[in-house]
Amino acid sequence: MTELEPLLSVRDLRVRFGTKRGTAHVVNGLTYDVTAGETVAIVGESGSGKSVGVTSLMGLVRQPPGRVEGEAWFEGRNLIGAPSEVLRGIRGNRMAMIFQDPMTSLNPVLTIGRQLGESVRLHQGLSKRQADDRSVELLDLVGIPAARSRLSDYPHRFSGGMRQRVMIAMGLSTNPSLLIADEPTTALDVTTQAQIVELVQGLQEQFGMAILWITHDLGVVAGLAHRVLVMYAGRIIESGTVRHVMQDPRHPYTRGLLASLPRPGVDRPDRLFAIPGLPPDPVALPPGCPFWERCSYRLDERERDVLPELREVEPGHSVRCLYDVPVEVSA
Amino acid sequence: MVIAMFGVSVIVFALVHMIPGDPVRNSLGTRFNQELYDRKRAEAGLDKPLLEQFVRWIGNAVRLDLGESFRSNRSVTSVVIERLPATLSLALAALVVALLIALPVGLLSAVKSGSKLDYAATAASQVGVSIPDFWSGIMYILLFALTLSWLPPSDYESPLNDPVEFLRHLVLPAVTVGLVSGSILTRFVRSAVLEALNQDYVRTAMAKGLSDRQIVFRHVVPNAAIPIVTVIGLQLGFLLGGVVVVEVIFAWPGVGRLALNAVGDRDYTVLQGAVLYLAFTFLVVNLLVDILYHVIDPRAELS
Amino acid sequence: MSAVFEGGAVAAPLRGRRAEVWSAVISNRLALGGLVVLGLLVVAAVVGPTLAPYGVNEQVILDRFSGPSWDHWFGTDDLGRDVFSRALVAARGSLQVGAIAVGIALGLGVPIGLVSGYYGGATDAVLMRLMDIVFSFPAILLAIAVVAVRGPGLGNAMIAIGIVYMPIFARITRGSVITVRSEVYVRAARSLGATDARILRKHILPNIVAPIIVQTSLSLAFAILSEAALSFLGLGVQPPQPSWGRMLADGRGFIKQAPWIGIFPGLAILATVMAFNLVGDGLRDALDPRQKSVIESRGQNV
Repeated sequence: MTELEPLLSVRDLRVRFGTKRGTAHVVNGLTYDVTAGETVAIVGESGSGKSVGVTSLMGLVRQPPGRVEGEAWFEGRNLIGAPSEVLRGIRGNRMAMIFQDPMTSLNPVLTIGRQLGESVRLHQGLSKRQADDRSVELLDLVGIPAARSRLSDYPHRFSGGMRQRVMIAMGLSTNPSLLIADEPTTALDVTTQAQIVELVQGLQEQFGMAILWITHDLGVVAGLAHRVLVMYAGRIIESGTVRHVMQDPRHPYTRGLLASLPRPGVDRPDRLFAIPGLPPDPVALPPGCPFWERCSYRLDERERDVLPELREVEPGHSVRCLYDVPVEVSA
Repeated sequence: MVIAMFGVSVIVFALVHMIPGDPVRNSLGTRFNQELYDRKRAEAGLDKPLLEQFVRWIGNAVRLDLGESFRSNRSVTSVVIERLPATLSLALAALVVALLIALPVGLLSAVKSGSKLDYAATAASQVGVSIPDFWSGIMYILLFALTLSWLPPSDYESPLNDPVEFLRHLVLPAVTVGLVSGSILTRFVRSAVLEALNQDYVRTAMAKGLSDRQIVFRHVVPNAAIPIVTVIGLQLGFLLGGVVVVEVIFAWPGVGRLALNAVGDRDYTVLQGAVLYLAFTFLVVNLLVDILYHVIDPRAELS
Repeated sequence: MSAVFEGGAVAAPLRGRRAEVWSAVISNRLALGGLVVLGLLVVAAVVGPTLAPYGVNEQVILDRFSGPSWDHWFGTDDLGRDVFSRALVAARGSLQVGAIAVGIALGLGVPIGLVSGYYGGATDAVLMRLMDIVFSFPAILLAIAVVAVRGPGLGNAMIAIGIVYMPIFARITRGSVITVRSEVYVRAARSLGATDARILRKHILPNIVAPIIVQTSLSLAFAILSEAALSFLGLGVQPPQPSWGRMLADGRGFIKQAPWIGIFPGLAILATVMAFNLVGDGLRDALDPRQKSVIESRGQNV
């Protein structure tokens, strides 16, 4: 594999769920690449399919009631449809995932030491002592003081921010080439958020793993990512570098997202902007552009049922939109 | 707990003394003789005011002197203790049967929730919980003892005399009680495990690449064990005294039957002693369960 | 130990959801089956004596100990009485005792739980201690003791069983009240000056109804079981009125030669208890699937 070949290649990933009300089409054709060492942020609101889009990569989506189709090439193997032993060998080993709620993501009746060491003992066959040593290293790395004595502590003795650090340590214990972070800072207060983001940045510099960071918080994106994928109704509707997307958004939805970020001193103090309307129901997706109902740029009613393709508006910056939304000069 | 015990004693004493009938007269039966009657009454302190009787009783009880049986003149303490092996063996055996059913079935049911096995197990435990144990006991006797002659229909044999016979006599009553107990426990084990399976840390464990078996036994079971142990303790506490009807059917010399007979005989002291013992046992087991809970759940600080 | 019995989950107020709940229960086939059985039982209880093919105490000595046949569906007993008729009529006694006993338990337990949960503090501590004490008696023994004091019979059996089940209702009510008490709308009502009685009546009571309903169904199941046990021991419904427990006790003596005398009453008890259990479970699933199942230890009675 040459350096330029992507670490992760997702092609037309689709995930559906059978529900009482019908089939929910949660992910509808995700296609993207992640190269080694880069941080890609996936941005979207609840229900956009961003979480399912990555949990399906790890094989964590139950089939049934779910169905996962498409391809996801990682280190020479297609993860979709791979046998579970193969996936288990990759999970927690070459590809690690950290989750949103640190308060409940750790097992309350097992010590931190045991939980930290679990991955390396499983995948690398380390003994308890070796695992403990590694765990101490990791705890130091993520900035938890008095690491050795903390190994025998239980999760409830750690604050939310510290638990998330432990989760990160757990994820990095096997030196994965890809770290998937599903909204890891959403449940934390702003200061802690910033600390975690800083920590992860530093770790990436040190270890060079690629990061897929799921979030709905654009502020986090700005500080951390190289590239951004904006998702809506299970599709990517805009993708590009951080600069492209944050400073020159071309999709009405992205614009709406950025506009809804409160800016002290700039926005009117009495009114916050919110995109009117709600995202479409995954069980009843419209045939055309999913953002149509809420879009203030739509021009021709006859194009309601036309689904736009992703097209490049400038090198490395693509948009899924029927129209060429005029470039805004933003502050 | 001391307060509870005290409250229990008050209630026991009050209830027992509200039972109509005269224990001394009963015990004398046909040998009634006024002088003897008066003397016995004085001996038993029954001529003193109730409050004084209560205080005397409590005072003695604390020193494990529960008085004497009106019927047999033996000390109540010894009568109760005599029954303990039978009661303990039945309770423990029933619990073993119950756990042998509940733990595997409950666990499997939860792990394979929604499967045919789960439905079958749930249905079976629904039935099990609804079976009157005095009826099923009789049915088992009919089948296994009277029709098939595999096991004895009743009575108790001390393990010291003949261990094999002891076990043979223990089987039917233990199964009768154990099946019911097992059904309750099965449902509980299932829900405790299901609850644990739905927790976020299971998702974390999956993301680490652990196999299903590893996840269940290393992550789920230790968590589910906490409430399960609590319930097991409660069941045990109940079993130690509450199987009166089964004891009657199998002529099992347990404390429950002792109390029942004492009611009929108007044997105050024995009745008080027996009920007191049973309530006490229940409270003690509860206390132990509470302590155990604090020990196995790292989140609960021992107070 | 209190961790197990709190069961204080609260569902949305029933008022608007009655139809929804009802349809959820109906669609649960097991619960539906239970309801059907219960319906049959109520019919038996109400018109049993008229429907019964034979008199309850009609003795035909020549026919005694005859097995199940077209003439006698459940066979005859040692006195030549038709077992089916007796079992049919016995339904009344069982349901009566069960219903009234649970009514007593509700009537005593719920107010205690309400007061305890709402006022908290010392009142709560004392009341719950009291409940703990009653709870720590093996149920059957407590029932026996009460019956011993007041004499055997239908009415006293009801009282005995009612007392035994009071703590559980108190605990459930208290748990729910505590959960609801801290809800915002209660605090809002209080800040608007509503009296305690009004808050209890208008805000708290409607919201704790759901777990109480579920518990009622489950308790009915076990109350009937307890009644049968008491009758079995001779302490419940007295002859000449037939009762399943009594029939079982009688049948026990003839178990080898005429097992049907004992088998059928037992099956009747089993069916009844199971029906209440299924309906109770169905109600619980319909009202709030997240509600923790109260392990009312069928263990706490017979």
